Amino acid sequence: MTDPNSSVSHLELEESKKTFLDANELVINMGPQHPATHGVLRVILRLDGEKVMGLECVIGYLHRGVEKIAEHRTYTMFNPYVDRMDYVAAVSNGLGYCEAVEKLLNIEAPPRANYIRVILTELNRLASHQLWLGTHALDIGAMTPLFYTFRDREEILKIFEKYCGARLTTHAFRIGGCQYETYEGFEKDVKKFLTFVAPKIDEYEELLTTNRIWVERTKKVGTISAKDCIALGVTGPVLRASGVKWDLRKAQPYAAYKQFDFEIPTGQNGDTYDRYLVRMAEMRQSLRIIQQAVDAIPEGPIMAKVSKVMKPPVGEIYHSIEAPKGELGYFIVSDGSTQPYRIRVRPPSFVNLQALDLMCRGQLVADVIAVIGTLDIVLGEVDR
Amino acid sequence: MPGFITNYLDKNVHVTPGQYGSPFWALVYILLVFGGVSLAVVCMNWLERKILAHMQVRLGPMRVGPHGLLQPIADAIKLILKEDIVPEGADSFVFLLAPLIILVAGFSVYCVIPFGPTHAITDMNIGILFMLGVSSLGVLGIVMAGWASNSHYPLIGALRSSAQMVSYEVAMGLAVISAVLMTSLNPAGTGTLSMIGIVQAQYAQHTWFIFKFFPLGFIAFFIFAVAMVAETNRAPFDLPEAESELTAGFHTEYSGLRWSLFMLGEYAAMISVSSIAITLWLGGWMRPFPNLLQGPTWDLAFSLFPALTFFGLAAMTFYSTMRMPKHPYFRIQTIGLGAFGGVFVLIALILLIPRVRDGVQDVYWFVAKIAVFLYLYIWYRGTFPRYRFDQLMRVGWKVLLPLGIGVLMATGIMGLRTEIWDFVHRLVHI
Repeated sequence: MTDPNSSVSHLELEESKKTFLDANELVINMGPQHPATHGVLRVILRLDGEKVMGLECVIGYLHRGVEKIAEHRTYTMFNPYVDRMDYVAAVSNGLGYCEAVEKLLNIEAPPRANYIRVILTELNRLASHQLWLGTHALDIGAMTPLFYTFRDREEILKIFEKYCGARLTTHAFRIGGCQYETYEGFEKDVKKFLTFVAPKIDEYEELLTTNRIWVERTKKVGTISAKDCIALGVTGPVLRASGVKWDLRKAQPYAAYKQFDFEIPTGQNGDTYDRYLVRMAEMRQSLRIIQQAVDAIPEGPIMAKVSKVMKPPVGEIYHSIEAPKGELGYFIVSDGSTQPYRIRVRPPSFVNLQALDLMCRGQLVADVIAVIGTLDIVLGEVDR
Repeated sequence: MPGFITNYLDKNVHVTPGQYGSPFWALVYILLVFGGVSLAVVCMNWLERKILAHMQVRLGPMRVGPHGLLQPIADAIKLILKEDIVPEGADSFVFLLAPLIILVAGFSVYCVIPFGPTHAITDMNIGILFMLGVSSLGVLGIVMAGWASNSHYPLIGALRSSAQMVSYEVAMGLAVISAVLMTSLNPAGTGTLSMIGIVQAQYAQHTWFIFKFFPLGFIAFFIFAVAMVAETNRAPFDLPEAESELTAGFHTEYSGLRWSLFMLGEYAAMISVSSIAITLWLGGWMRPFPNLLQGPTWDLAFSLFPALTFFGLAAMTFYSTMRMPKHPYFRIQTIGLGAFGGVFVLIALILLIPRVRDGVQDVYWFVAKIAVFLYLYIWYRGTFPRYRFDQLMRVGWKVLLPLGIGVLMATGIMGLRTEIWDFVHRLVHI
């Protein structure tokens, strides 16, 4: 094992100002096996008592080389792999990848497929936010919301299971549209779910939003300004909570998002509480989008005309979508063969994790946990 | 029968075994109380898991025995059989001693807890002081455990814990003093620190101290109720063992039986601080309205409560038995659950015997009040997020402490209001 002190050597130590009265700094290692680092994130904390002087993330414990694998698979064969990156929002990953390849092939999914994509992606956004809320609340010490959110997330997973047979790594979409037509009663199930879940979101809010301890634990914790967010490339709810009205669903609409009427919730302070409120509001906006989509879902084919052997023209493409955690981008370089020459994924969790050090400095150990929770990282996506 | 037994069964004896000076009965009481508390901890363990589970839309333990009723026993066996690990580099003597200190501190408190006017191991004239003193020794064990583990997380957990317990003891002490002040509100003007004396003072003053000088008694009780949760390191003040931050806090490095000693100590402390709150503010062993609803009819009515409680438990159990799946696979479980119901009915029938039902009256009301507190503990755990360390300190020092001082002064002024009024009167008419 390496000495943890060697890893933090670059964190500036203020040795010169130190007197014999000052306490020693404590370097502690949090993770990779830790209940609150959301997987296998390792954080090396430099503490003065309980105050965080600086921290460093060590990632890569879940590295599977997804991008490299892509170079040895055809475009179709690589599709299921992307589900394994952000496994709590697998549908979004699939959507991003399929749309990127479609852009490369210069084809477009038919409108019905786009509507199905929007419904499933938004359901998945809801599921992802529910999982975030449960684990985030658990990290801060509120046990109960976790079980409530998992109970309700189950209904979403049931819809996924009925649609494509899988609950988590769905592989729901194909390049050029959707593999499956919606099952009998899909719309009814989704509508039933919408009426079921709306009061449940109120229930979560009832437990937390005005809870004194929750507000004290989250307000002015892990504050990050809009300027810093943009400088670090932070996207998604974290960016929006800092007051930047930036949502790729509005900024560069993809799939069928142009047709729907919804708002981009934003915060002002960029603290953990605002991020919580933004995500709660996003859940409601997702419900709005699903409602509109399910009401107006058009008839028609679900697959565009795509040749069995995909040979995109030589070139490169970058396509990004608004995943639940932020901007999820795929950069694909094609050399004209059936396999991509190079795929690079821009995972929102990985980029957002950069802000952790900035957000935690000067805060307490307990806040580090809150901030890791509020960044909503998934290590499968960070490490790929 | 030896003389001291018959002597003690003599109806004229109305003192605790400690005062009576009989080592035999003192020993019997010690075994009874410690056995009872250990049993209560086991029950509490199961109840906490079940109640918390039902608050969180899940089932909790269901596999070991009917409705998981044998789960605590299975857990105990598992913990006893587990390897007792002392980490390398740990100070093994201190490491092994720490859980014992917590356990001894947690259990010694029960010496003075009055389960009834005569049902206490002993009645010290400094009872409440003894309780506060001994229960705060537990922090020593926590610091020792954290230090001896030679590991970072336990060290931080222990530091948090000691700071937390020491600062909340101050507010707790102030609340206790205001209750003790109230005991001196009699013609003779003599207060008492004895636990039994405090309850008798509430009887003499025809009110529980929580309602005395409303809202002063209530505020003092509230301060104590908050401080006692912090004192026992339970949610929302469970920072020392905040699992999401410090994995398990000061007992991270402990395993097996020694870990279970920590748990035993924690639950024993929960019960003991609840008993202090009950004794000081909620009338101790007294049934509701002991002065107002007097007379043989009321005595009879109240004395039926213990039996009714157990009949209720039996009814719940039988209802669950009926709801068990009818599949043969569940037959043993169903029979087991029915047997539990049968035991409850049997206990209820025993409690209907006049001598028994009069005898258990005091203990019943005391335990019922403790049960309410323990339910509250579980409820807090299911509802509240965890405080951060600095916020916890702020609540302790900047809210509870000034409030405690204020209540103490206000109680004193209220107690002396006639004297103060006389003094002012004389000043004016001098």
